Order: sequence, then C-alpha cells, then structure tokens
Amino acid sequence: MKVYLPNSAFLGNIDPFLKKMNLSNTNMLEITANPKWISIHPVVLCMVAALSLKAAPSKITCEKLEAKSKHYLQRMGLFKLLKVKEDKKLVEHESAGKFIPLTRIRSSQELTRFVTDIIPLLHLDINQSNSIKYVVDELVRNVLEHSESKQGAIVAAQYYKKSNRISIGVVDIGVGIKKTINNVYPTKTHLEAIQLALTPGVTGTTSRIGGTEQNAGAGLFFIKSMAEVNKQFFMIYSGNAMYKLLKSNRSNVLHGDPFEDNHSKGEDYPLWDGTVVGVDISLDQTHEFSILLDLIRDIYIKTIKERKKEKHKTPRFI
Amino acid sequence: MMEIKILNKTGSFAENKDAARDIRLKIMPVLKKENVILDFNGVEGATQSFIHALISDIIRVYGPDILDKIYFKNCNEMIKKIISIVADYMQES
Repeated sequence: MKVYLPNSAFLGNIDPFLKKMNLSNTNMLEITANPKWISIHPVVLCMVAALSLKAAPSKITCEKLEAKSKHYLQRMGLFKLLKVKEDKKLVEHESAGKFIPLTRIRSSQELTRFVTDIIPLLHLDINQSNSIKYVVDELVRNVLEHSESKQGAIVAAQYYKKSNRISIGVVDIGVGIKKTINNVYPTKTHLEAIQLALTPGVTGTTSRIGGTEQNAGAGLFFIKSMAEVNKQFFMIYSGNAMYKLLKSNRSNVLHGDPFEDNHSKGEDYPLWDGTVVGVDISLDQTHEFSILLDLIRDIYIKTIKERKKEKHKTPRFI
Repeated sequence: MMEIKILNKTGSFAENKDAARDIRLKIMPVLKKENVILDFNGVEGATQSFIHALISDIIRVYGPDILDKIYFKNCNEMIKKIISIVADYMQES
C-alpha cells in the first residue's frame, strides 16, 4: 500500500488524496508526503493509522518528513502508532487540549472511558462537548457493533480556531457497509449500501421498521444531519464508493434520502475494506442542536411512514 | 413506584447501550405491576442509541400505552427531545 500525504486534504478537497492511494499489497505500507507543508483532516491520519494495522510492522516505511508542519503529525500520535522514530526536537506549536490524538477503541468500556475522560480535555462548554461526544460515540459504536473488526475503531479530532470548528475522523478496517447492510437488504453496489445506511430507520440488523431493541438505524442519519444543519462537510467512504455532504446554503432542510441533499458521490475510489467517516462540526452553531432534533423528528417520522407505506399490501382485484 | 437514577448507571453522558439494556431489563417486569420513574438528574446528554436501547423494546412489547406508566424526570431539553423522537418513531413503526 502507498499513501501520499498532500499539502492539503480536508473534507472539501479530500477526493484527490483518496484516489491517489494505492491499497494493493496490504502486507506493506509506504508513506510519503509533501515536502513543504502538510495540512490534513484528522480522518486522513485515521486512515493512515488504520492501514498501518494491516501491514507487517517491519514493512511500514515513512520517509523522513521535511515539512515544517510535521509536528502536527507527531502531536497527533501518528509516528508513535506507526512505531516510527519520533523527532524529539520538534516543538509543539499549538496549545494542548484542543485535539484528540489518534486513539484505538476496541470495546464498549473503552468507548465509555474515552467519552467520559478524553473529550472533556477539549475544554468545550457543555453543549459543544455534548455534540462532540454524540458524534464520536455514535460513530465508534457503529464500528464496534457492525464492522466485525478486531482492530476496533481509530478516532482523532482537531479543533481549528480560525473557523471555530472541530473535525473528527473515525475509521475501521472491518467488513464495510455493503456487507453489513446486505445482511438484510440486498444491495448491488457500495454506493447503494451507503445510501441505505444514511437513510433513517435502516439498519443491517433487521428489516423491521423501528429496528431491534438495540439498533434503530439512526446513528449515521443523525450525524449527517448535524453537519447539514451546521452547514459543514460530512463524508463516508466504504468499498469503492464515497458520499460527501457538501456545504449548503439552504437552512434547516433535511432529507431522508441522502441523495436529495447537496452532495457529491463516486464509485471509482480505491477499494477500502472497512468504513471511513469524516465530519466537521461548527462550534458557533452547536446551540442549534435543539432545532436539529425538531427537524430530525419531522423527517424521521415522514421517512418511516413512507417506508411503511412501501410495505403496504395492495388488494388484488381480478 | 420504582425510581431509577440514570446518572448512577451511566454518568453524566448517557451513551452505553449495555447500561440501557440493563435498566430496561430491570424495569420491564416491574411495569406489569407499577409505574416507573426514570430520573435523569445530573445527566447532561444522551445519544439516540442509548434512549432507543432503553425504551424502544418496552414500547414494542407493551404497546404505546406503556408510556403512561413511565415518568421521565429531570430531563433537559436535549434528552426530552431524543426521548420524544424515539417514542414517536416506535409508535409509527
């Protein structure tokens, strides 16, 4: 496998980074980078970290990074996770407490500890903190419950002062969305599976509307909706497909079908075994969480009614 | 009337679905005989997954009228709304 860390890769412009990855030969991982500056979303780091779990440790190579911003990668724990020698001379430029370094979460107990102990270190107010806890918890729990990956979830987050937002990445190298969804819904493509996974009330555990006692099929829809109301990006990548919610100027309009949102999508990406989710949350607007819940309630009920109607039997007139 | 303090089971952010399941299994037999209070005092937030794991099966098994026997106490606005969403979609499904 080969990964090139570019000059810039955030959710808005992540596509070239994804397309440039070479995911063949999973036994080895070669990491190269832009020599001048590396400015990347935490989800990119999560992906590199996740790939490193697939490769044989002795076959992971990371070129000596020259970029001035390499301290960011060190601070986020990338070299530690890759077991690549760290540069002790590097100075951490940003104040502590505004990022969550790369972390592996493999059990429900670890997740509870993470949400309880680590996220408060971001020093956010209660509303903001709850939003971040919500996103991380639901995404990681999805991994633990559906990915079938022994490696668990890789998570990282970063606060960006200039835009006052938190970017979050949660990645796994499990079975991917299509296999999970196909337990119940026969989908032909990874993109179709992603579309269903983002639709409220759809879960890979049952076709019953309302879900099982433990799964409702609402987690990803809630998080996409948070990004939508916040006018931020959300992306999900699994198999060869990627769906990206684009920033929208339309205020407070949610859709049950993700393809009705302002989005981009593609099915020509390198085959990712597992699932990648990146999301940005604006801290300016987390007070809108309450409004968001009202919107979710409306669209959720509407979507469930429509799905229920689809299952209605029609009288047979002969 | 049985009263359960959610904070003691979950901490200030209610997210652990195993804890939700344990509470649900504890109160389901009780609801056949008496009302139950779920006290969210001190709980600042909850995920939809937690609330779903807590009440969805109760509504499914006993029917929507069971909501007349469960009192959700000291819920903040966020938790009230999430409980309402789950109660709504379970009654629609």
